[in-house]
Amino acid sequence: MTPDLHLAVDWTACTAHGLCAELLPERVTLDEWGYPLLDDTPLPREAVRRAGRAAADCPVLALKLRRNAGR
Amino acid sequence: MTTIPRPAAAVPHEVLPRLLPRTPLDLAAHTARYGPRAGTGALSAVLAEAGLTGRGGAAFPVHRKIDSVAAAARRSGRAPVVVANGCEGEPASHKDATLLRLAPHLVLDGLLTAADAIGARTAHLAVERGSGLLPGLRAALSERPGDRVSLAEVPRRFISGESSALTGYLSGGNGLPRFPQPPTRERGVGGAPTLVQNVETLAQLALIARYGPGWFRTAGTSAEPGSMLCTVHTAGTAPRVFEASAGTPLRRLFGPLPYPVQAVLVGGYHGSWLPAAALERRLAAADLGVPLGAGVLAALPADRCGLVETARVLRYLALESAGQCGPCLNGLPRIAAAFADLADPSRAAWAPGLLDDLARWSGLVEGRGVCHHPDGTVRLVRSALTVFAAEAYAHQSGHCTAGNPTAVLPVPSETAPEALR
Repeated sequence: MTPDLHLAVDWTACTAHGLCAELLPERVTLDEWGYPLLDDTPLPREAVRRAGRAAADCPVLALKLRRNAGR
Repeated sequence: MTTIPRPAAAVPHEVLPRLLPRTPLDLAAHTARYGPRAGTGALSAVLAEAGLTGRGGAAFPVHRKIDSVAAAARRSGRAPVVVANGCEGEPASHKDATLLRLAPHLVLDGLLTAADAIGARTAHLAVERGSGLLPGLRAALSERPGDRVSLAEVPRRFISGESSALTGYLSGGNGLPRFPQPPTRERGVGGAPTLVQNVETLAQLALIARYGPGWFRTAGTSAEPGSMLCTVHTAGTAPRVFEASAGTPLRRLFGPLPYPVQAVLVGGYHGSWLPAAALERRLAAADLGVPLGAGVLAALPADRCGLVETARVLRYLALESAGQCGPCLNGLPRIAAAFADLADPSRAAWAPGLLDDLARWSGLVEGRGVCHHPDGTVRLVRSALTVFAAEAYAHQSGHCTAGNPTAVLPVPSETAPEALR
């Protein structure tokens, strides 16, 4: 069961490495300071696995997969 | 309104103020005026019927927060904690300090009633360092030997009262907001489910528990029931704290204004500028079309520059960023600097891209932090650019229409905020 997973960022942890934008270019772009701009609409089922890997690869673990709507 | 204690049975409190006596009430005077603290039977349902919303700025329904903390406590098997939030970080707001000075027992009643209702064994009351409120609160507590409330002072910062910052500080942390997952209602002080309520909210709760939701609703509008404390700023006079019924016309709240008004600030430094016509509207979010926040209202005289006033506030807000979240850390100083340029016609005239920059940076900080500091700051920026659009155009043409440079809005000393622990 994967009810409405979406991407989120812990802004206190993110230090603008930018890896997320390389791993998930269709979901993440970077702003003019290098911080991620997310498409935080629910992830399609086939994208969940890759998004989870990208979250695990974030050097500071700031990228999150969240179940409920939130900031 | 009298300071002479009246017998409890004769206190219908149909007239305002309900919360604010003229002079501080000790326990005997408090009990004579309001009667003893009321029990907690079905508190959540009573508050739902009353329609009490949080008075700290977010106006969240109190019964829903109580229910979710109680549910989190049941799920986790941990005893919940209650925190009375008297950290009035907003420099233009004085209502919480005024309430704690004049009616400390009302806040303590509400805190203990809320604690009983959710089965909390720990209750905190937090105020800002330097507020000078602790001695009076200690004295009030010493009159109630059976009641255990721990008093705390938190760093004097705009964001210290944010619930995750506050519960973090009470847990021995640095007092900065954190990622809101899990929320404080599930993991707050010491990791326990925690109910954080503004001190005015608790005082209102203490009276609703005594007199019932029907009584509460005899003030206010049906959509925004009850009374609320406001801090009212009129240029040239000290700010005044009033208790107003929601729905009161703003002009009546301000009283006779000694000058023509250009604009009204509603909701404080995370609030909104509105055109002077707002004076003819009523004190209600639905009527004004903007959040009331913690009830700060200011009337800007026609001879001042709204851009200059906003620029001063934005500089302060940028300094008050905790600097944790990239978009806020990068965006707020840029927004403040661009707005300072806009406020100075000699610089604004040479920078045609200022408005575009402000719009873009506002979009980049909004919703991209763990607390609402960037969102509230952007609300102020956008409302200023709307209400003072003609003035911005004048500045970009090289001149300012204001004749009086005297500042209206209070901004603390221009130094950086208290260092982190």
